[in-house]
Amino acid sequence: MINIKNLYKRFGKLIVLDELNLYFDKGGIHTILGPNGSGKTTLIKSILGMVIPNSGSIEINSKQVIGEWSYRNEISYLPQIAHFPQNLKVKELFNMIKDLRKGAHNEDELIAGFNLSPFLDKKLGHLSGGTSQKVNIAITFMFDSPLIILDEPTTGLDPVALLHLKKLIFEEKQSGKTILISTHIMSFVEEISDEIVFLLEGKIYFQGTIPELKEKTSQENLEKAIASILRGNNV
Amino acid sequence: MFKILKYGFFDLMRSRWSYIYFLFYLILGFILLFLNQDVAKAVITLLNIIVVLTPLIGTLFGVMYYYNSREFIELLLSQPIKRKNIFLGQYLGISISLSLSLVIGLGIPFLAYGLFRSTEIFNFISLLFIGTILTFTFVAMAYILALLFEDKIKGFGLAIISWLFFAVIYDGIFLILMLVFDDYPLDKFALFATIFNPIDLSRILILLKLDISALLGYTGAVFQNFFGTWFGMAVSITLLLLWVLFPVLAIKYISKQKDF
Repeated sequence: MINIKNLYKRFGKLIVLDELNLYFDKGGIHTILGPNGSGKTTLIKSILGMVIPNSGSIEINSKQVIGEWSYRNEISYLPQIAHFPQNLKVKELFNMIKDLRKGAHNEDELIAGFNLSPFLDKKLGHLSGGTSQKVNIAITFMFDSPLIILDEPTTGLDPVALLHLKKLIFEEKQSGKTILISTHIMSFVEEISDEIVFLLEGKIYFQGTIPELKEKTSQENLEKAIASILRGNNV
Repeated sequence: MFKILKYGFFDLMRSRWSYIYFLFYLILGFILLFLNQDVAKAVITLLNIIVVLTPLIGTLFGVMYYYNSREFIELLLSQPIKRKNIFLGQYLGISISLSLSLVIGLGIPFLAYGLFRSTEIFNFISLLFIGTILTFTFVAMAYILALLFEDKIKGFGLAIISWLFFAVIYDGIFLILMLVFDDYPLDKFALFATIFNPIDLSRILILLKLDISALLGYTGAVFQNFFGTWFGMAVSITLLLLWVLFPVLAIKYISKQKDF
């Protein structure tokens, strides 16, 4: 589905992605892990075309995507921090996104699922962090795209919303979609991932399933396995 | 691109600053005509205000709008829209809404005072044309600076300096050079130097149009001498349009390379 070859990106002197090679199969939930500053968000933004890599190639469904734009019709993206125009109402934001992006949408279900209806007439600038994250998620899931990219989706969510988010993610997985998630919450990772990718200093340190990672680091618990990589015990 | 333009335009039309700008021109127009029943003289006074004020407002709005809509831009970038269309759409949205404030704000009082019965109508229209072009030029330059500098204070400061440079400092340097190199023939140099300042160019254009040689100043006189009135006007209009074209191309180029 996604094939990344020799992806290289630096900001000034800082090398963020260092000749990274990565392949994601179609379908399933792939989590991207890594310490802060390991290049997770830069990798995701490169796939979306928001960050322009210095060199390397990214193919989605065997089509080169760097510098293209129409492929984003196939992607739903949840940004790490909900950045919305402050003086727009929630309802207006939904209408605007629908206007900008063609295709089927099911926002009513999502609005009901996250209990957003009391907020529809409020301005986005006046929402709490958790509520704007719910709006953010609703906008991401309202279109039927084969590829879903979630950057830290759990930030600020209460337990009820978190449960609903997990339900949504599983439903999308059942319908055969490819889902990329970057997160730091290990319990969340253990619960949902089919495959994990561990990024370290702009390179892929590990790609495989959770049992494989546990075996490689000879730890019985995922959190400890990750911590042992970071401490450099197994490097 | 037109959808982005539409959202940007309506966003600005809802903002109170567009109305303040519009009301300012409306009141300015009425006061000028009230104090001075002669439309011809009012046009000359307006000239001096427009060549300084439209660049300033264009600069401020251009920078402010970019920084305020950064979130919106990020949201748009993850949608299936061409980058070029996002940025050019926004740029046109600001420029058009500012130009409309200018044209309607000044149009109403001048129409009310019998512009159509006056011979000044073409001069007035060329003045609005100049104001519009200057708006497009300075919004573009401010937008470029905002794109280049993430830091708001830096971007804002540089934008103000760029306005100050073209509106005031440029002429100052120019005059000093004229004084220092008094003994040399500077006609060609003066002509050449004018090309690089859209504010000077527009002042010359409108003065050529009004045919007031007393107000032309040194560069204007050289300009008229060199090109003649009609050819001079054609040259200055072309140059002014290039002053819009190049910054717009720069916006396109810079936005294509930028990481978000």
